[in-house]
This record gives sequence, structure tokens and C-alpha cells, in this order.
Amino acid sequence: MTETKQPIIQIRNVSKRFGRVTAVDNVSLDIRAGEFFVLLGPSGCGKTTLLRMIAGFELPTEGQILIDGQDMSLVPPNKRPVNMVFQSYAVFPHMNVTDNVGYGLRISGVSKGEIRDRVAEALELVKLGGFEDRMPDQMSGGQRQRVALARSLVMRPKVLLLDEPLSALDAKLRAQMQFELADLQDKVGITFVTVTHDQDEALSMASRVAVINKGEVAQLAPPSDLYEYPANRFVADFVGSVNIFEGTLTLDEPDKAAVDCPGLGKVYLNHGVTGPHGANVWIALRPEKIYLHVPGEGKAVRAAAQDAPDGHNLARGTIKGMSYLGDVTLYDIHLEGGQIIRVSRPNLSRHDQDDFTWGDKVSMHWRADSPVVLLS
Amino acid sequence: MSGPLQDWKSQKKPFAAVASAPVFWLALFFIAPMTIVWLYSFGQNAGPADIDISGTLDNYKRATEWLYLSIFLKSLAVAALTTLICLIIGFPVAMAITFVAPKWRPWLLLGIMLPFWTNLLIRTYALMALMGTNGYMNKGLGGLWEGASWLRTLVGMQPLEAWTPVQLLYNNFAVVLGLVYVHLPFMVLPLYSALDRLDKSLIEASLDLGAGHFKTFMQVVVPLAAPGIVAGVMITLIPALGAYLTPDLMGGTDSQMIANVIERQFKRANDWPFGAALSFLLIYAMFILIALQSMRSNKVKEVR
Repeated sequence: MTETKQPIIQIRNVSKRFGRVTAVDNVSLDIRAGEFFVLLGPSGCGKTTLLRMIAGFELPTEGQILIDGQDMSLVPPNKRPVNMVFQSYAVFPHMNVTDNVGYGLRISGVSKGEIRDRVAEALELVKLGGFEDRMPDQMSGGQRQRVALARSLVMRPKVLLLDEPLSALDAKLRAQMQFELADLQDKVGITFVTVTHDQDEALSMASRVAVINKGEVAQLAPPSDLYEYPANRFVADFVGSVNIFEGTLTLDEPDKAAVDCPGLGKVYLNHGVTGPHGANVWIALRPEKIYLHVPGEGKAVRAAAQDAPDGHNLARGTIKGMSYLGDVTLYDIHLEGGQIIRVSRPNLSRHDQDDFTWGDKVSMHWRADSPVVLLS
Repeated sequence: MSGPLQDWKSQKKPFAAVASAPVFWLALFFIAPMTIVWLYSFGQNAGPADIDISGTLDNYKRATEWLYLSIFLKSLAVAALTTLICLIIGFPVAMAITFVAPKWRPWLLLGIMLPFWTNLLIRTYALMALMGTNGYMNKGLGGLWEGASWLRTLVGMQPLEAWTPVQLLYNNFAVVLGLVYVHLPFMVLPLYSALDRLDKSLIEASLDLGAGHFKTFMQVVVPLAAPGIVAGVMITLIPALGAYLTPDLMGGTDSQMIANVIERQFKRANDWPFGAALSFLLIYAMFILIALQSMRSNKVKEVR
């Protein structure tokens, strides 16, 4: 019997090389039972290879994968307690929905009555009741995906693996499926491991996200930590949109720190960072955490807040670009230092987007807890 | 599909212009001679070079006598056996080609198609050279025989008697082997094109759901490759049924096929009406096969 505290999947120093190409480079991570785990990364980063190694379609060149405490090195895909939902869904085109969903149960010799009950139950779960006799080519992409989900869930796997589950759906359906998948996972209580290149998907569904870059784990954290406390420039840039400025650490005490960025100005933080004085660091500042003002006003607002010394956390520039997205408006502002900074401004009332326009000179400020100092 | 250039109904003149040449060609060189031969099958010899088309069915009556019917059935059996062996050998070959790295595939396909570029007669004689009593096949078998004999002496048993070459040629075995050799590419190519279109993740999905390789093959690969299997069977069976050269050169006195009988009517026996009747019986049989196949594929479409 397994303890509840033991991770359901343990990946230990796993590397995978295809010829000279290293797809996965010495990755170690634990996936806890019952969590919605997301492997996030750009295409070609090795996330799918990692998923396929868990499923057993690829074997690690080095290292070990344990599922429920058991070494999977010599266990073929058809004997592993995991099931996969493929990117192409891989619904059998020559079988109707019932036969597709019941395939795994038929193979493992489950009785006909039980197959009927479990298939009906699984179809109900993915909201495909009434589609029993449909052939796959009579269904939409979203419906086929539900068939693939039901076909895997009906096996009651310990872990459900999903390879880019939403990439082939249109935007509206994708947003809906994000909620449904999270809801489904909550209902069945099976551990989900999903691969995606879409940060929105990762942030909205995951309990924890491993950001993968060039075959290595760049950061492993819950979604909000990933966004608010990125560990490095790659994560800051990949997850959400961000402004990054290079600078020098000029002050570092337990409750405050300051960075001098030639491109942006003096940046003040109301917490310490652990970096050597004078070190080369990067400041990451999210567009929505920057306030936009008419020239001069920013300084006054910042001073009134009294969360940073005079002359810090302020910048001035000229609007070079503007894109109205309905809920927010994005501004690209040419800073006095020569760099471009992106600011997003919520349209809290109907005509907010008219406040600023191309060529306007503006000032900006941000709060002392907004910037993130990155050491790499 | 209904663009101005695709729809022949709305563009009759250009369509007629494009179609007239091949239609004319087919009419002149295929339909007309076939019609003449078909009419001959209802005629009788009126002299050494004269055929009287009298509408008689005597030729067909004679063609369905047991003597000829048995040869006909035997041809069908040989062709069916050839097709089955081609399928058994061709399926793994086609499957292997779809699984190798894409850069090697054209070379492997080239290897399959290469024999097409060599004359059938030359290929057949080359095969006969291999299979003769002094050919390499017999030498190879002889080597194995002597090896076995040597092993027997090694464990203290009596050595085998000296190797006598086996008669590999001029029998039914040689005919089937020759036909398989000639027709294998016809089987491999349609199978390859069907298997190449098969989404590999379907195979992985089947494995993922607990099926072993054999079950995956039977439940997923074979049903999805069915159109390719049917096409391969048809394209192998039909020419094998009408095979002439292979049984003529490699067969013995008892391994003649229907095409050899037909040839004899037209040449040595100089009985064109009877030869025509036999030919058309063969053609009718092929029509039935093709009709069965198209009925089956229509049925599949309806089910979908």
C-alpha cells in the first residue's frame, strides 16, 4: 500500500537524447497524487518527450521514472497505470463512440454488462450522453476530444496524461474546456498531467506548473507564484507579458533594495533580495502594474504614496503605439532612456481609452512591491 | 469542388476538347478490338482464316466443360494462393517502410519498384537460373544438407547420404514462387499507401489502452488498412489469374493456367472463336471480382 504523502510520479534525473539532440536534460520532479500538473514550455522544449516517457512511448536515456512507487523502466505502455489523451485525440475512426470508449475495457476482458455501465458513466461525465452510436467523422473536434477523454477516464488510471489537449480547439471552446477540465479533474480525483505551450491554459487549470526550457525545469511553482515571483528572465518573459531592464544592485537590506537601471531609472523595492552588492541584475515589471499619468502628475501620486524615496519608481516617455483590446488598452511608450516599455491600462469606464493617444508625453509610476529582481 | 473549371456540366466544350482524344483512343484501340473478339466468341470457323459469326453458344458450352473449367478453377486457386502469400509477405514489408525514417523511404520504395524497370522475360529467366538444378538455390540447400550431415557425424550418427539436387523448376511450386516474385510490388504499394496514411497515434492509443501488439494489429491496423488490403488483393489477383509467361516458362506439363490454354487456341489450334470464349469467361470473372469490391466499398460508405 502506498502512503498518501508519496508522490504518484517521481521523475529522477531523467535525460533523453535523440542522437546528438538532448530533448530532456537531467530533469527531476515529483507529481503529487490528485494534483493538476502542467508542463509548460515553448515548442521543442522537451515537455512532450517527458510526457511520452511517463506514458512509456519513449524510454529515458538516463534516469528513472516511478509511478506509484514502482520503477517503470521495463514496463511497456500497455501495462502502465496511466492513460493518455493524444494531441490528435487518436479516436479510432472505424469505431463508434461506444466502441471507442469501451475499447480498453474490452481488451482487458471486463464483462459486457460492466463495460456498458462504465461507458455510459464515462460519457455522462464528459457530457456526451446521446452520442453512443455516432462515428468519429460525424463529430466536431471538441466532441472527439471528449470521446478521447472518456476513453481514458473509463480505464480509471492513476494518472491521466494530456498532450496539448486544447490546442486544436477554437478560442471560445478552449476557454470553456479549460474550466471543464479543471472541474472534471476535481470530480474524478485522478492526477492530471498536461502538456501545453499556452500560458493562459497553464495558469487557469494547474495546481502546479513546471516551466520547461531547453529540456530543463526553469521553475516549478503554483500559477500565481510563477506570475508574481518568476525565478528567472525566461519564466518572467514566457509566462505573461513583462518589461525587463538590466541594472545594478545598489542597495540590499532585509527590508529594502534598490536597483539602478540605465534604461528605466532608479527602482526601489520594499523587500530585500539576496544578491551581492553591485551585482548585475534584471528588473521585471508587469505592464498592468505600471500607472500612467499626464506629465508631472505621476510624481505627485508617487510622492503621496510615500512607499519609495524621491526620484525612484518613476519614468517618463512618449506614447509610440497603442492597441485597444476592449477590456484594457496597451501602450508602447518610448522612454527617455531610449528603451520601450509596455503599459496596460484597464478601461474602467467607457471612454478611458481616449485619455491618452499617440505622441502624448506621459509619466509613469509603480508601487515598491511591484518590480521583481531577477539574478539570471 | 464546383468551381467553373471543375464542373464538366457547365463547361461542356472545354471538357469535350480535353476528353475527346483519350475517348477516341480507347474506342479505336480497346473497345473496337474487344468487341470484335467478343463477337468471335459467338462464331465458328468457316475456313482457315474465316470466322462465321453465327450467334452460336457452342464455344461457351465447350469452355464450361470440366476439362477447361478445372483449369480455370486451378488458375483461380494458384492466383489466390499467390495473392495470399503476397499479402503475408507484403504487409510486414509495407509496414516496415512506413516506420523507417522519412529520408530512407524513397530508397526502400525504389527497391520495391526496381524490378518493374526490368523486362518480365529477363526477370523470369534470371529466376529460373537461380532455381535450376545447378542454380544457387540448390547449391545453398546442398550446403545446408552437408552441414546437417557433418553435425550428425559430430554426434556420432551415420552421415546423411549424398545431396541430390531437388527439382525446383517446372512444377506448381515454381509457378507460385514466380508469380509471387512478379506480383509482390503490386501488393506492397497499395498497402504502403494505406498504412502511411494511418495516424501512428492510433497505434499508440491502442497500446496505451492496454492492448498488446497483436491485438493492436488486429483491431486497429488491419481494419484501417482494409481499403489498401482490398486494393492490393485485387491488383494482385487479377493479373495473377491471367498470368501467361510465368506458368509457360516455369511450369511443368501439369501447371498450365487458363491463359496458356487461351494462347494455344489462338495459335496452335487456330480456333479463335473458342479462344475468344475462354478469354471472355476470364474477363467476366474479373468483372465479378471488381463488382464485388465496389459493392463492398459502397457498403462501407453507407455505414459511415
